[in-house]
Amino acid sequence: MLRTWRQRITFTDIMVWAIGLAIAVVVVVGTIKTLQSGKYETGVWLDLTIKGLAVGGVYALIAMGYTLVYGILRMINFAHSEVFMSGPFTAVFLANALAQSGFLNKQPLLSMLLITLLSMTVSAVVAMLLERIAYRRLRYAPRLVPLITAIGASFFLQYVFRGLYGSGFKGYPTLTSLQGSWNILGIVVYKIQAVVIISAILMMVILYGIVQWTKIGRAMRAVSEDKEAAELMGINVDRIIVFTFVLGGASAGAAGILYILLFPIVWFFMGFIPSIKAFTAAVLGGIGNVAGAFVGAMLLGLLESIGPNLFLDGLGVVNPSQLKDAIAFIVLVLILIFRPSGILGERVTQTKA
Amino acid sequence: MFKRIFVLFSVLMVATMLLSACGPKATPTKAPVVTEAPVVTEAPPPAFECTDAIGCVDVAPGDPVHIAYLLVVAGPNETLGIDSRNGIEIAIDDAGGKILDHDVKFDGEDGGCSAEGGQSGGTKLAADSTIVAVIGTSCSSEARAALPLLSQAGFTIVSPSNTAPDLTKPGSENNYVPAYARTAHNDNFQGTAAAEYAFSVLGVKKAATIHDGSLYADQLQQVFATKFKELGGTITVQTAVDPNQTDMSSVMADIATGTPELLYFPIFLPAGGLIIRQAKTTPGLENAYLMGADGLFSPDVISAAGADVEGFRVSSPAVGGDAYKTLLEKYKAKFGHGPISIFHAHAYDAFMIIKAAIEKVAVVDADGTLHIGRQELRDAVHNTVKFQGVTGVLTCNETLEVAGNPIKWPGDCAATGMAVWQYHTGTFEIFINPEVIWIQGQ
Repeated sequence: MLRTWRQRITFTDIMVWAIGLAIAVVVVVGTIKTLQSGKYETGVWLDLTIKGLAVGGVYALIAMGYTLVYGILRMINFAHSEVFMSGPFTAVFLANALAQSGFLNKQPLLSMLLITLLSMTVSAVVAMLLERIAYRRLRYAPRLVPLITAIGASFFLQYVFRGLYGSGFKGYPTLTSLQGSWNILGIVVYKIQAVVIISAILMMVILYGIVQWTKIGRAMRAVSEDKEAAELMGINVDRIIVFTFVLGGASAGAAGILYILLFPIVWFFMGFIPSIKAFTAAVLGGIGNVAGAFVGAMLLGLLESIGPNLFLDGLGVVNPSQLKDAIAFIVLVLILIFRPSGILGERVTQTKA
Repeated sequence: MFKRIFVLFSVLMVATMLLSACGPKATPTKAPVVTEAPVVTEAPPPAFECTDAIGCVDVAPGDPVHIAYLLVVAGPNETLGIDSRNGIEIAIDDAGGKILDHDVKFDGEDGGCSAEGGQSGGTKLAADSTIVAVIGTSCSSEARAALPLLSQAGFTIVSPSNTAPDLTKPGSENNYVPAYARTAHNDNFQGTAAAEYAFSVLGVKKAATIHDGSLYADQLQQVFATKFKELGGTITVQTAVDPNQTDMSSVMADIATGTPELLYFPIFLPAGGLIIRQAKTTPGLENAYLMGADGLFSPDVISAAGADVEGFRVSSPAVGGDAYKTLLEKYKAKFGHGPISIFHAHAYDAFMIIKAAIEKVAVVDADGTLHIGRQELRDAVHNTVKFQGVTGVLTCNETLEVAGNPIKWPGDCAATGMAVWQYHTGTFEIFINPEVIWIQGQ
């Protein structure tokens, strides 16, 4: 037994394990040092946790798009970042119009509903057009082809929106009813963070419900398990795929509105970084797995928010917040090396004929 | 056999591409020595020989004089460059659209307020040898990348809004004076004025600074910090964010542990707008004074920061006077709205300085061709003395120190003083929102 084990270990394995160990040591030592120095009080950690969960909620909704499309088509939809961007970038005009007329602050709930609806619609339409124009013909092409098409579509959409709405950025108006904070059990919770977290959880539950407990959800799961068999069972595969894209697009549009509640600036390039992180979150939780997308996103949001101050500050790294993105991407690399199937694993079975 | 031909062809293609990309740069045009056959009845007309150290630009009769710009006219900070460009367009109108009876051709490239933008814009402009002078760049980070390219191409460069001290500091590697001059102030001046305001007028004793890694922001916050400490205050932390960062929570948490009373962040949009918003949702920083600098003088700050912009201060040049009021009227008449940044007057003066210098050194040939010596033009701009501009009286070759702090080196032409402006919610209108709440020296 020992002989075969020693034979199987290669140099790359050792290198990879060494890197993983080094990162683990850095994280542990950094954490201990930061907590020992007592620079941040518990209140600060709680505040960062809540902010991390809020951002995680946004990532979770974006990750839904990636995970659903991967489950159905076994393809990473790189143009999903533009699906995410198109919603809030279009809704900003409605929001500013409502703010100017005063309607926004007189009827905040109704206005937010209208804005969210517009955003979800635009994103869903963009996703649907993507599927129809860019991906449908390539359904049976070798894996690399739709991937490159997705990247091309992403660039195309970015610059179409740049041409339509300009290269500068637009700001969302402030909602006076969401300003301020609540004091819950001594913890300061800002209203916006709470609204984002609760909305994200609600929408995730709805999406999970659609996938697990409705007839069309069952059809989606059937198509993702075996496309040909599903077709034989009488499922219209084309319509199910369109529905999947629309669902992913709508959730990305909703994610866009939650994102602008936190960071009220939109521009044509805004989709890039949040979507890469959402993709990381989807992979972290297990791509193809709806619950996995949620778990992965929350975890990533927390790591990103607390990470720089917890791990790096103690080690004396200057300006650790500039390494925030680095932490997110190191997580992606580590997951792909050590547990490529993700935390909750790939739920769909891959049967080979 | 066909495979070998194909391989040979591919190798030749790649070699062609490499050679054309890595070939030697185009050298600036040199005027040909003009000699004419002697006419029987008259004395021969004087021949023009270009004796300029770099070379001459020859503008044939009927051809335009080409002035280019390298400003930020696209992207999140487009108001900065567009405003400067508007100022130049007004100046061209005031000059009648001509320099020495030749039309002015005015076009240029976007600089993107980053080193990459400066590099690509500078390369494009450097390839055009008809350009006489460049008005640019908007941001000091672009200048660091673009100046070597533009200087190599022989152009005279006058910037309306670069303020990093490095660009004119004697001995600095980014110093391209006398090819380069600027009508905006030196940040040695702005940083100290901001620190004086914070310490003496607002009365804060603890401050924190945030920069974004750019040449301008880093140096400005350093000048601020040094002066603030000199006056007796404490700087709790000097930290940085990425220019495109959206989530500032970890930086804010870090700063909040030091409980500063004032945050000085001389950065750009969108990071500046997000910091204003997120400072209000960070426990410990909700009541801190927020102060930026001239990179955050834009209507986009109001739309980025929303209701939280109320009370936000920026340090920026003080502009005023009768000449400026006339410029303001012309701006509103020509563009239908007020200025969208603070450097339009400086850009106006930049064009006027170049025009005056061209008029001084240009030689008009017998057949009407205009010859402009490049080195002579640079020297003329550099030796601009007591030039009456809209921003004041400009002198480009002097050194000025105030209490041991150099506020002007050769290359700094500026005459404006420093002021602190304050934003309110509502529409952007210069002098009303933001309004001047303090002028240095008053």
